[in-house]
Amino acid sequence: MAREIPYIQALGEAVHQEMTRDESVLYFGQNLGLTDDDPYVQAFGKDRVRVTPISETAEIGMAVGAAFGGFRPVVQLYMSEFMLVAMDQVVNEAPRFYGMSGGEVTVPLVLQAGYGFTAGWAGQHTGTIYGMFMGVPGLKVAVPSTPADAKGLMTASIRDDNPVVLFHSYLLTLEHGDVPEGEHLVPLGEAVTRREGGDVTIVGIGWTVGKALAAAEQLATDGVEAEVVDPRTLAPLDIGAILRSVEKTGRLVIVDQATRHASAAAIIAAEVASEGFSALKAPIGLVTALDATIPYSQPMEEYLMPSEERIVAAVQQAVGSSPVAA
Amino acid sequence: MAEVSPAELDAALGFELLRGMWRIRAFEERVGQLTRADEVHGLVHLSIGQEAVAVGVCSRLTDHDAVYGNHRAHGQAIAKGAPLAGVMAELMGRDGGLCRGLGGSMHLVDVEHGFLGATGVVGGNVPLALGSALASRLRGQDAVAVVFFGDGAAQGGIFVESVNLAALWALPVILVCENNGFAEFTPRSAHSTVERVADVVAAYGFERATVDGNDVDAVRRAFGGFLGAARRGEGPFLLECLTHRLRGHYEGDPQRYREAIAQEEWQRRDPIRRLERRGLEEGWLEDDAPARVEREAREEVEEAVRLARERPFPAPGLTAELVYA
Repeated sequence: MAREIPYIQALGEAVHQEMTRDESVLYFGQNLGLTDDDPYVQAFGKDRVRVTPISETAEIGMAVGAAFGGFRPVVQLYMSEFMLVAMDQVVNEAPRFYGMSGGEVTVPLVLQAGYGFTAGWAGQHTGTIYGMFMGVPGLKVAVPSTPADAKGLMTASIRDDNPVVLFHSYLLTLEHGDVPEGEHLVPLGEAVTRREGGDVTIVGIGWTVGKALAAAEQLATDGVEAEVVDPRTLAPLDIGAILRSVEKTGRLVIVDQATRHASAAAIIAAEVASEGFSALKAPIGLVTALDATIPYSQPMEEYLMPSEERIVAAVQQAVGSSPVAA
Repeated sequence: MAEVSPAELDAALGFELLRGMWRIRAFEERVGQLTRADEVHGLVHLSIGQEAVAVGVCSRLTDHDAVYGNHRAHGQAIAKGAPLAGVMAELMGRDGGLCRGLGGSMHLVDVEHGFLGATGVVGGNVPLALGSALASRLRGQDAVAVVFFGDGAAQGGIFVESVNLAALWALPVILVCENNGFAEFTPRSAHSTVERVADVVAAYGFERATVDGNDVDAVRRAFGGFLGAARRGEGPFLLECLTHRLRGHYEGDPQRYREAIAQEEWQRRDPIRRLERRGLEEGWLEDDAPARVEREAREEVEEAVRLARERPFPAPGLTAELVYA
């Protein structure tokens, strides 16, 4: 049975259900489980639900060690920028050990990290930084765009034997959607087509999937049918699904909340240019944030971000460079 | 509270500790030669002169106890039980090495013997040991976690964060500082106003001790006291071992920062020679025993070199297979 719940609740439900299912799942984080009536503390006790100091490096490193010891820690980081103070553990310890040990040790670990809170949080709490982690071999990167995927990707991340950074979209926190009540898994590494269309492929990531779908509806009124593909995980990246769509449509626009040079869009564009060039009838369009620190003031914030209008304009440019009705 | 066991070495234990140190010494001297011959390639840090710390500590542990090493970890891994041939094959980049040639000198892992891993980034291993200690506690086991690090690591934020968390959660972890006076090429005086690493953790209520790290018996006794308490669920602890590496920071280091006189003094304090002198004086070591132990260690190392050379290099594609579990 599915029922409508918010995105953030779907994430929490996945953690709760996995902790019920598997005693080795632990939950760490700052300001977490502080009271005895906390639902996680009530259900699982303070051994498995642990509040940590503001010490991301020790917190994540300790979780890596617990993963070596057979546990499956979920570290609640709230904001993805807080990972930046613990980069040695996130980049150079957690994802390296499986390979460096010749496959002898695994690190089943989930880092839950919110991204892209462009709602007046200004320069240091708004980053869309998942692109930085796509290039770390051994690390998986999931970016759910719906409440159902939030639950499904979190469940899959907890059960995965690799370290996973699950980037949850702050702008989607309270978005409601149908979410299955019981066990729900969305496999890591599988893209999904959110809308079928034959004229252009729009790739959206996390928050921008909704923007891409809205733009697609607007374009349809002008007779342009866009196919919207949501990678759902950026590492491993289901580039095959994107290439198959581009082979069908011949045109590609990638919409990413990240600043362009740190975006997943830039990497996807490079892959398609390299592997799918012969299918392209127009240059690849990139709709990203500008390469600038996210400003505080709202008009500037809006100016910087990808918008429905910019997506429509990019699609029109792609389509216009080679008329749809040949 | 930790209890320190009496200072007595019998023939069996003394011989075992001497043998443990000679195996590491012979192994690392051979690695030095093989590095110059380019049979071992890449960055290699030798622990020659510091063997008493690894042997004194690991001689107390079982395979169930988790040990983490640092960039200078050959001796730590060998003392914890890693087979010489497996370590040598790893240093030669062979598929039969401990990590199938993917890890090398700075990233040795031997799960079977509880050597969970060496990390090459200074201080990066300290919080990992906290996780192993937590895992042991949550399982209701008496296994402990031990992490080796140098005095250079104590100035890192990661160290202070880990010390705070270990104390906050009262984890059964023993931090073992190999204070060799140099952080890479720089003396401790250029890194910190705090001379003793044990003092760094004082404010957090650690039970702690600073010992002569070139006296394997002293290391073993002090560590044993902490270990007994940690097995009963107490912690955390810090054991600071004052020692000295007789080689450079890495093989090939021109060592222009050394003082010749200090070097001579440390040669006299060589932990192997000291234990040999003590064994001969106390009568538990026969006159010909030191030479025999050394010879047997060198023979064992030669056999490891022979076995390592027989093992194939990994297929280059193996690295792509081992990105994700």
